[in-house]
Amino acid sequence: MTIRKNYRPNRRAVLQASGAALMGLTLLPRHSLSAEEKQVNFYNWDTYIGETTLADFQKASGIEAKMDLFADNDELFAKLKEGNPGYDVIVPTNDYVERMIKADMLETLDHSKIPNFSNLEERFQDAAFDPGRKHSIAYMWGTVCVGYRKSKVKDGVKSWKTLYDSDEYAGKVSLLGDAQNVLGHALKYLGHSLNSKDPGQIKKAEELIIANKKNIKVFADDNGQDLLASGEVDICQEWNGDILQVMEEDDDITLAVPQEGGLLWQDCLCIPKGAPHPQNAHAFINYLLDAEAGSKIADFIQYATPNGAAKKLMDKEYLENPAIFPSDETIAKCEAAVFLGQEVTKLYDDAWTRIQAA
Amino acid sequence: MESWRDNRFVFWVFALPGTLWLLVFFIAPLAIIWALSFGEQVDLVNVEVTGTLQQYARALTDPVYIQIIWKSIWISALATFLCLVIAYPIAFLISFASTRWKTVLLVAVILPFWINLLIRTYALIAVFRTRGFANFGLEWLYTTAQLDHVFGPFEPLPLLYNNFAVIAGLIYVFMPFMVLPLYASVERLDKSFLEASLDLGASQVRTFFSVTVPLTMPGIVSGIILVFIPCLGSFLTPDLLGGTNAQMIGNVIERQFKAANNWPFGAALSFLLMYATFGALALRAAFAGRKQGMEV
Repeated sequence: MTIRKNYRPNRRAVLQASGAALMGLTLLPRHSLSAEEKQVNFYNWDTYIGETTLADFQKASGIEAKMDLFADNDELFAKLKEGNPGYDVIVPTNDYVERMIKADMLETLDHSKIPNFSNLEERFQDAAFDPGRKHSIAYMWGTVCVGYRKSKVKDGVKSWKTLYDSDEYAGKVSLLGDAQNVLGHALKYLGHSLNSKDPGQIKKAEELIIANKKNIKVFADDNGQDLLASGEVDICQEWNGDILQVMEEDDDITLAVPQEGGLLWQDCLCIPKGAPHPQNAHAFINYLLDAEAGSKIADFIQYATPNGAAKKLMDKEYLENPAIFPSDETIAKCEAAVFLGQEVTKLYDDAWTRIQAA
Repeated sequence: MESWRDNRFVFWVFALPGTLWLLVFFIAPLAIIWALSFGEQVDLVNVEVTGTLQQYARALTDPVYIQIIWKSIWISALATFLCLVIAYPIAFLISFASTRWKTVLLVAVILPFWINLLIRTYALIAVFRTRGFANFGLEWLYTTAQLDHVFGPFEPLPLLYNNFAVIAGLIYVFMPFMVLPLYASVERLDKSFLEASLDLGASQVRTFFSVTVPLTMPGIVSGIILVFIPCLGSFLTPDLLGGTNAQMIGNVIERQFKAANNWPFGAALSFLLMYATFGALALRAAFAGRKQGMEV
């Protein structure tokens, strides 16, 4: 830059200096000041942790847990896809765990730092989507089910037929708002796998939904429970935990897993690649698996915990609630979502676009 | 007055922040998305920009996307038209109000901006739903007028989860963008023209269409542009208020970036929308230019 002599140098110097200072501030890496500060950044779903868990953790370890919230797995994935913005612990659902492992987005866990892993029930100590649990630890689990109003739906909901192939409750039914769930359960009703990769079967499911669309009020993006509670619909397809929350406020609402079975899900604790505080992250995961901490979380959020030691501290009301813990027979008919690969995902998404445009 | 050329340093000091802002936060992201639209998803996280036109081809050959774009256009056009019809009298009202009332009314128009769009949309749900305020109000009127003895009990109207709700939501959200430019041009309108027109024997209607509308045309055009374009790209309103076929092109684009994890296709769809918008604006400019040419 050439210096114009008609400018007083002091003003220029001030400008330059402040400019340099600003640049310096913005370019300074956020965590360059200490090796591992007493902090852990937790990226979680809303209302998905105990009331005092984060404060208790800080009391026990001196590490401050900061929580940020995401609304769905897609948001989580999209946010981390271009590089980790600073999260240490995240809570993806099983098929997204699989997706993120394939995309090399998850850190390998050091099990020696998570001794409380042994608190988990045996069937949660391994998983098809993450053999050996190298990248993920089970946090909560549940199903996709049908919530309904008992006074309006006298016979209950036995089959997905009521939602996918019937005009009995026309205009009083809501389905979830994503391709995998809406099409997956239609496939289930048609007697196929929820994870079908067969274009012909997916097409059949698409046609079924389009033919029945006139009876569906809305594809609800995770707010089906509110529609049910406000009387907008009488039957809704939802995550069981969401229905449980409105069941507490309204005795007329209940839930059922249809006879064909539904989606079985598991939300997992993972450490994303590039986590700034991996040591603290392990300590935090270990703390969440602690029997007492785990029971406090389960008691507050009313989801099914995979933590056997925590369950021992829970009351009967929670443990024997079939809405939280479905029978083994029901679970046997349910299916976990599998990551289907880009090509098949595209089939589902295209079908979903056509369904909504029809 | 000094020309900026004589004081280039001062000029750059003032121009630099804006230029940088535009470059870093507008041109650069847009350029990235534009580049992505010529790419393909090679695996879960990586997109390779190969210069392929397949994304555009997919969008233009599959009739479903054209159909959705067409639907988005007519929904936006209808919402814009209704906005115009409703906003015009409001602009006049504000313009003809006393100075004190003018401030109050303008604040009332701008006030909703202070509340987040998402919250305003949720508020609309509370108004429109079956057991919402609109239906409560109607039911009260219905029973007060004793109509229930004649036609039977009140049936709540299905106001939510249909195209009506989407259009009402869009009008509600974008109304200020129509009122403000209209108000600005009505304010500039020389009221003596209206008097002259009436004095010379033109009817109120004639005066409105032959004098008022042409003179406020700049405001009308800016209002239409300011409402129509954001409407076209909206996804939150159809998502929350719409029924099973509410999907607009904004929803499809959003899904490509999230659930479908196909950024190149989402980018191509966004840019198709942008090309169409630019095309429409260029057409408008061309028409405006021709008209001016004829007048001269």
